[in-house]
Amino acid sequence: MPGDRMTIDERTVGESIVVAPVGDVDLSRSPQLQAKLAEVLARRPARIVVDLSKVPYMDSSGVATLVQGLQHCQKAGCELVIGALHPKVRSIFEIAKLTEIFRIVDDIESGD
Amino acid sequence: MPEPVASSIEALGPPEIRLCILSQPRLLGAVRSLLESFAERIGFCGRGCSELMLAVDEALTNIIRHGYDHAPDCRIWMSLRALKTPRPGIRVEIEDHQRTFDPEDLPDRDLDEVRPGGLGVHLMRSVTHLCRHEPREEGGMRLVIEKFCEDEGEGDHPATSDASTASREDPT
Repeated sequence: MPGDRMTIDERTVGESIVVAPVGDVDLSRSPQLQAKLAEVLARRPARIVVDLSKVPYMDSSGVATLVQGLQHCQKAGCELVIGALHPKVRSIFEIAKLTEIFRIVDDIESGD
Repeated sequence: MPEPVASSIEALGPPEIRLCILSQPRLLGAVRSLLESFAERIGFCGRGCSELMLAVDEALTNIIRHGYDHAPDCRIWMSLRALKTPRPGIRVEIEDHQRTFDPEDLPDRDLDEVRPGGLGVHLMRSVTHLCRHEPREEGGMRLVIEKFCEDEGEGDHPATSDASTASREDPT
């Protein structure tokens, strides 16, 4: 079925690799994001930034993917940062208290 | 805030929409689109609409993952009703034929414990005014979700209001 898979863009900003999924992240697409994060982490970057500016919806499977990614990064000595959180996704971060465990930046390029 | 729970199901009449979907994750997006369209016509917008979609999506995800163990050919029935009192809202009933379980056994995890998974039930309960599991007479489970429109942006949010805990209980 078209739409099952999503585009995940990637770019490098300084020492960071920016991973930018495009579209809803739900049960059908979380495995794709999980695989992408694992593949990027294997390259041992200093920092991975997950750019969520083009993710208008995320469910708990997406959240679980990010939490798992954070734990894997911490073990590998890599920082995982959430960037440009879409307003519609911010509420789930707040309900799940993820704003307390992730570093969230508004401006990916500057890191602020 | 008084408990905003609708009257008995008999008084509500038939659902405006009833559909049956297969237990496939790729269909979740289509269900969200339908729900969003229906909810917007009732008066939901912004955060309220997003929360409603999240609750229903989490319910379907739980059935697919845990109820049907990812089997792609099982059926899930969903009905939608518009509610008018105490204020505009929506009632969603989701039924399946998975094994029955005691709702008391549903995990509602401690959010201070940082780990992936186990968030779905907490999210559903946090963003709705009613979230009640019950066994079906014909086997399987039924989940009843009710959510009412709120003044967007005024902070009257189920996750933070004092009534959020009480409203999750059986209204009868």
